[in-house]
Amino acid sequence: MPRVVVDVMPKPEILDPQGKAVLGALPRLGFTGVTDVRQGKRFELELAGEITDETLEQVRLMAETLLSNPVIEDFVVHLPETEPSQVSAR
Amino acid sequence: MKVGVVTFPGSLDDVDAQRAVRIGGNEAVALWHGDHDLGGVDAVVLPGGFSYGDYLRCGAISRFSPVMTEVIAAAHRGMPVLGICNGFQILCESHLLPGALIRNDHRKFVCRDQRLRIEHTRTPWTSSYDEGAEVTLVLKNGEGGFVADEDTLDRLEGEGQVLARYLDVNPNGSLRDIAGIANERGNVVGLMPHPEHAVEDLTGAGTDGLGFFTSLTAAVFS
Repeated sequence: MPRVVVDVMPKPEILDPQGKAVLGALPRLGFTGVTDVRQGKRFELELAGEITDETLEQVRLMAETLLSNPVIEDFVVHLPETEPSQVSAR
Repeated sequence: MKVGVVTFPGSLDDVDAQRAVRIGGNEAVALWHGDHDLGGVDAVVLPGGFSYGDYLRCGAISRFSPVMTEVIAAAHRGMPVLGICNGFQILCESHLLPGALIRNDHRKFVCRDQRLRIEHTRTPWTSSYDEGAEVTLVLKNGEGGFVADEDTLDRLEGEGQVLARYLDVNPNGSLRDIAGIANERGNVVGLMPHPEHAVEDLTGAGTDGLGFFTSLTAAVFS
């Protein structure tokens, strides 16, 4: 099933209290060296048909209308990269 | 006047809002999120709560409910609309009001009797107040931080659209201490604190919130 990914992140100038909470928790667990954390959302959309420029445009519209709030968030539409788990998982 | 109060799945303060409407001298009409018409009401209140469980973003799903299509159209025609707390979030998500509400900067839910200054009284919801009136209302939110870009904030202040500002402490990180705003026309108003919980001596912080519900009557007869 073709899949498209939408990543949504708080705009850089918008305070991200959740990211700050994570940043505060890391040193308490002994993880050092992290200077900032921003927390966003990832949407994985399964599409019924082939991925075309038209369907990608539709996904952009979905991202702009519902998946993100353009006042406080930025989004990126992309195809799934090499499964990150294969790179980072133990 | 007939004032509709919308109940979404997860609304909490709809019954209090209906009661406040009646105490304010108007008829309360219960509206449901799935309604495709507003039942002939003259004004609408979007109450507080956690509509649709605050899934995705607060107000993001509610904004696309059938009743909101009607509310948005009516607001554009000039119908008075008041959004309280979650209702304010829904109005921002609907783009009826500028800006957005994000998680409190201190990351904790806040519940307190909050002093405010009413700065904009040329709206159908605040006309009973004297400009600069200081009132105390209950504030209870987890995502009440009002944010907008600098240009929007300057425009809101320049056009006198800041409805109310927090006094004493800024309880949630709202930029420029903004507790509520109005649209340019003044018919659409969003407020984070809860005037519907401050309409009777029996409970709450007093009766300072009553003005939001008597203003409609005053606006009609003035």
